[in-house]
Amino acid sequence: MRDFYGVTLDSPLMLGTAQYPSPAVMEAAFRASGASVVTVSLRREGGQGQAFGEIIRSLGVHILPNTAGCHSAREAITTARMARDLFETDWIKLEVIGHADTLQPDPFGLLEAAETLCAEGFKVFPYTTEDQVLAQRLVDAGCRVLMPWGSPIGSGLGLNNRYGLKTLRAAFPDVAMVVDAGLGLPSHAADAMEMGFDAVLLNTAVAQAGDPVAMARAFGLAVQAGALAASADPMPPREMAAPSTPLIGKAWL
Amino acid sequence: MKIDVNGEGKTVTGTTVSEVLAELGWGEARVATALNSEFLPKAARDSTALKDGDRLEVLAAMQGG
Repeated sequence: MRDFYGVTLDSPLMLGTAQYPSPAVMEAAFRASGASVVTVSLRREGGQGQAFGEIIRSLGVHILPNTAGCHSAREAITTARMARDLFETDWIKLEVIGHADTLQPDPFGLLEAAETLCAEGFKVFPYTTEDQVLAQRLVDAGCRVLMPWGSPIGSGLGLNNRYGLKTLRAAFPDVAMVVDAGLGLPSHAADAMEMGFDAVLLNTAVAQAGDPVAMARAFGLAVQAGALAASADPMPPREMAAPSTPLIGKAWL
Repeated sequence: MKIDVNGEGKTVTGTTVSEVLAELGWGEARVATALNSEFLPKAARDSTALKDGDRLEVLAAMQGG
């Protein structure tokens, strides 16, 4: 099993903290999901931050701060430094957004920020596309985890480019990979795990479900099922039918 | 002196970042700071003096995905 900068996770589920109906529902969803990593952002303190920070710390899981909303390497680097100071962790989910509609990563800004942050000792979790060349550059920069998108953030479309994700997974057998963003259903998460990904990161699919706590549990079960399936060496698919019931001994009727 | 804190103009009497944070009610708060767009570590707040027109960002943990 691949680790995350030396950390083995109890569950391959990373869960975000935004858009829940209330902090209490968020907390209950977290417990129901069994997630081992929580993602948080940094925003201007307007009176809510202290209580929210307490809830996050009380979850007792690994904290992965993000640089969400940053559109330049400079902004993302400064946000990452502030996150390390605040959360006392070297982990950073590095997002450098390149397009306002697709929220697609800016590969150039991402690489620039990753190079600087890795050199400063950060353990960078880059939110990236399934592009193999970019992935190689990020690994060369010092990233030991990659987080390719499933589909655009918040879209719920699932794995938009299964071929790209599959080839990316195969190209870097030693690098831990997390499918981050765009998952809408537990079956998407199970699919990613069955393809050999090491974890999934999601938020909206749980937070915006009619019953976030039940959906959190469903995702928790799905990633477990998918991980178990991946380790059980799935059968190869084939185009034609093959009878599973033996023909030998069938009655002459 | 007049400085800008999280995008709002404030008149403060403290001279260092630590003093101003305490003055604004964030003495014990878990926050991260940036001064004029540059990261300012916790450890440097006591020794960092502010001047008129400085822009201080005070961030905390918030919802995120």
